Amino acid sequence: MAKDFGIGAEAKRTEDIRYLTGAGNYTHDVNVHGQAYAVFVRSNMAHARIKSVGAAAAEGMPGVLAVFTGEDFKDVGGNPAGWFIGSRDGSPMKEPKRPVLAHGKVRHVGDAYAAVIAQTYMEAKDAAQAVADASEFEELPAIIDMAQALADSSNRVHDEIADNQCFDWGWIEDNRAKVDAAIKAAPHVTTLELVNNRLIPNAMEPRASIGEFNPGTGDYKLTTTSQNPHLTRLLVAAFVLGIPENKLQVVAPDVGGGFGSKIYHYGEEALVLAAAKKLKKPVKWVAERSESFLSDAHGRDHVTKIELACEKDGTFIAFRTETMANVGAYLSNFSTVTPTFLHGTLMAGPYKVPNVYVNVKTVFTNTAPVDAYRGAGRPEATYSLERVVDQMCRELGLDPFEVRRKNFITTDMFPYTTPAGLAYDVGNYHATLDKAMELADVAGFEARRKAAAAKGKLRGLGLSTWIEACGIAPSNLVGILGARVGLYDAATVRVNPTGNVSVMVGAHSHGQSHETVFAQIISDMFGIPMSSVDIVHGDTAKIPFGMGSYGSRSLAVCGQAMANAADKVIAKGKKIAAHMLEATEAEIVFSDGVFAVSGTNRSKTFGEIAFSAYVPHNYPLATLEPGLEETAFYDPANFTYPAGTYLCEVEVDAETGKVDVCNFTCADDFGNVINPMVVRGQVHGGVVQGIGQALLEHGVYDENGQLLSGSYMDYTMPRADDVPFVTVDHSCITPCSHNKLGVKGCGEAGAIGSPPAVVNAVLDALNRGGHKIAHIDMPLTPSRVWSAMNA
Amino acid sequence: MQNFDFVKPSSVAEAVAALAKSGAQALSGGQTLTPTMKQRLATPDVLVSLTGIAELKGVKQNGGVLWVGAATPHVQVAKEAAAVFAGLAGLAGGIGDPAVRNRGTIGGSIANNDPAACYPSAVLGSGATVITNKRRIAADDYFTGMFSTALAEGEIVTAVEFPIPKRSAYAKFNQPASRFALTGVFVSQATDGSVRVAVTGASNNGVFRWKAAEAALTANFSASALVGLTVDATDMIGDLHGTAAYRANLVKVMTGRAVTSSR
Ligand SMILES: Cc1cc2nc3c(=O)[nH]c(=O)nc-3n(C[C@H](O)[C@H](O)[C@H](O)COP(=O)(O)OP(=O)(O)OC[C@H]3O[C@@H](n4cnc5c(N)ncnc54)[C@H](O)[C@@H]3O)c2cc1C
Repeated sequence: MAKDFGIGAEAKRTEDIRYLTGAGNYTHDVNVHGQAYAVFVRSNMAHARIKSVGAAAAEGMPGVLAVFTGEDFKDVGGNPAGWFIGSRDGSPMKEPKRPVLAHGKVRHVGDAYAAVIAQTYMEAKDAAQAVADASEFEELPAIIDMAQALADSSNRVHDEIADNQCFDWGWIEDNRAKVDAAIKAAPHVTTLELVNNRLIPNAMEPRASIGEFNPGTGDYKLTTTSQNPHLTRLLVAAFVLGIPENKLQVVAPDVGGGFGSKIYHYGEEALVLAAAKKLKKPVKWVAERSESFLSDAHGRDHVTKIELACEKDGTFIAFRTETMANVGAYLSNFSTVTPTFLHGTLMAGPYKVPNVYVNVKTVFTNTAPVDAYRGAGRPEATYSLERVVDQMCRELGLDPFEVRRKNFITTDMFPYTTPAGLAYDVGNYHATLDKAMELADVAGFEARRKAAAAKGKLRGLGLSTWIEACGIAPSNLVGILGARVGLYDAATVRVNPTGNVSVMVGAHSHGQSHETVFAQIISDMFGIPMSSVDIVHGDTAKIPFGMGSYGSRSLAVCGQAMANAADKVIAKGKKIAAHMLEATEAEIVFSDGVFAVSGTNRSKTFGEIAFSAYVPHNYPLATLEPGLEETAFYDPANFTYPAGTYLCEVEVDAETGKVDVCNFTCADDFGNVINPMVVRGQVHGGVVQGIGQALLEHGVYDENGQLLSGSYMDYTMPRADDVPFVTVDHSCITPCSHNKLGVKGCGEAGAIGSPPAVVNAVLDALNRGGHKIAHIDMPLTPSRVWSAMNA
Repeated sequence: MQNFDFVKPSSVAEAVAALAKSGAQALSGGQTLTPTMKQRLATPDVLVSLTGIAELKGVKQNGGVLWVGAATPHVQVAKEAAAVFAGLAGLAGGIGDPAVRNRGTIGGSIANNDPAACYPSAVLGSGATVITNKRRIAADDYFTGMFSTALAEGEIVTAVEFPIPKRSAYAKFNQPASRFALTGVFVSQATDGSVRVAVTGASNNGVFRWKAAEAALTANFSASALVGLTVDATDMIGDLHGTAAYRANLVKVMTGRAVTSSR
């Protein structure tokens, strides 16, 4: 097949036409006849007991239809945590109820404690203000600092949780003593204390939801900004409102970015459904940007102490970490797995280190819930590892490139089970390291550094060799670890009578280009043009089932489900061809869109087979069913393990501490690549977010729990001139061994691998410039860099 | 945002009359006022637009003086002041983004006197005169602290008159998120050789003159003249973007850069 649209082609994105011409259909574009508007009344205090909610103040105000408070939902279910995590001492994690609307207490600035429904948005907004003004609270001291929260039982986010701790997790607990002993006996130990800064996702499209109820049928419909409509349906129907799943349709139309924040079910979704039922009217809610800052799930927010024990020549002996991970005021759906199994299991990196032990305490605070954000746990692990390795090299005077080479798992060692519990199937870490060094012209660095010094700039080179576990996830394994869901995916491939194809997939595309990439695979497999393939997603009424898109899983899990369904279609097509061509099934070969009797010139095209499937005039019905449509569920046998090397060069302005990222080079092994252009785009986006985390972005609460960086005046999103041209290479390929497509996933890599490369580069620049600085916490703002240089 | 009435007068007199009504507020480029209204922090009953008033617009040279109408957008100043007053043009061209520069105006900026805004440093740093519908106010008397000016209730800025300096420059260090000035320094050397240095973004008291630097630079207009000077961090702003000590450092660094780049 010509490579302008099959697997491996740089096909232009079909979805771009509607995105770029304003023809997209986002939740806010959807308007249902007769809809009313919801506005949420949110706490402006971080922690307070609710004395009274001033709902009465809204009654009789123009346009007001209803006011809901926490009292209305006190008897429905809570929004649950998706993973159960046990503590080291065997006790279960603490799971406070997360209500639709706050009841009894408000627990973070932005916590919604009432909602007003009115005929117009402005009327709802006015009435919400009146409710806020009339509500009474007893303000309580805010619990913000994690160490203090754990130490002080007199002040509790949830009254029933004395030490504000959700769990104290050890991984792998049985190895703890052995790791401790190895560190004690080691010739050298490097210790770093690190903050992995809180990030606020800032999807371009704010969250929005529309609830509808049909009194005639009892059917509900939720149109919402979700990365996974079936998961949202499960949560809102089965767990929270108790609606039968077959009575709730969830539609996630075009979604303008998620980065994790739209995986989760939020109370607003339950509220619009409950309100629609009560009022027998569609109810619409669209977040304002400042609401998004306050109420979307945030990311990261770890405080970690990491120790690296090694020989004097840099051979690793052990990694040991102690982390406090902020979960905020309530447990968001994946908040318990993100700092544990998505983090601790990666703490061996791509290295053949014999000892790893990870301890994570998760802490409730009066801040917005924290959950998975692009990379989810793996950026935190990579950052800790790659920072401490760099610092060890500096302490021992070793070459950071050589130290990585020396410790890498080698290609002959796969499959390789790490002491952090994962079984890496394939990889070639030396290859990506060599490739990145070549592309970044590491050999020429010294000359560039001298040229920079002549301009008064400190130039540095930073390295990060990262690995992640993607393709989330084998249900058997995650079930043992504590997942309350399975993590397979599903697809239906429907060949229509005229030979075009509708593919219903469980993955949701909100920027990932599935409509192009998935169509390329079908086009390649069936030998038909991409334009004959339609990828349908985001609607529980249309797709078979699906767990959605996150964890770099869409292609490796749902894509494989789709390929399996397509294989079944081909198998069925062979049966039909055998019948039509009066041959046996075994004699039929299929390639480039043609079913042929092997060794003859007798053949039928894909289109002819499709037509016959729906016009089965002379079928042997006992052995051949009409129709050409197949569904497959696919549950992966293992995680996939993308890995690579990122190199960053920076210049630091010594007078102001300002960091300029001069160039950034990525050599990734994503396994087979379906569309190189899309993969480059995914890496570019991830790297920009990683540079954002390293240098710019910071969700900061003051000691009273007010979000200081609650708008773009103070929260620094990366802009085009903050980032360099990013060089991306994915020519070093070790195909995934356990999915047939041989793919691993590329959505999160950029955000995982890049922050330590940037920070290592800055520290390299400073140390080469004579400033003996071990570490600066992210974001490395000019003020922080300058302060470290002038301490 | 709450509902409001909107009037668009075509003369200063009409605008002043409209502003006399209770709940009326002047609207120039709206780049500060509209976001504030969206957050319901400002809830005017009547907006009196100034942008339809011809006599409030333009950039005109009159001998040694550059007259800039209060409702002149930044983009126009950036273009039309470039030949005679590089520091002012450069400052205007570095405010916000193209949309902000096409709407935002000098009058709105100095009426608002945001402690991180750029224009106040040019007005103070060149010894300009603020002209209102009632009087002329010397720059040294006009800025009276963060978000505070000598303007009386209902008084509107109609223009600013800048003495055209021999050379000048504005050196701005961006606050990373908003890209207002974390610290910005306007330096001008007048035709008589005297130097003014005005600093924005740094102080809890708003824009201020760094008089020690002015004296040093008047004696020797070169960045090296600043070497021995120190900046007291006591009154400097400390926030999540920079400590007080950092801002004090920036005052000196950016002053040096302004001197070096001035033309
Ligand atoms: C994204 C963004 C980035 C920005 N970046 C910068 C920057 O880098 N540097 C910078 O300096 N500024 C920046 N600004 C602010 C911008 O320069 C505004 O133009 C300026 O602050 C206000 O001018 P305006 O004409 O928009 O005033 P308006 O918003 O219309 O009015 C501001 C205030 O002044 C009053 N007012 C307006 N005109 C007059 C008058 N003639 N007499 C009396 N009172 C009056 C109004 O009643 C109101 O209270 C930025 C703004 C935005 C939105």
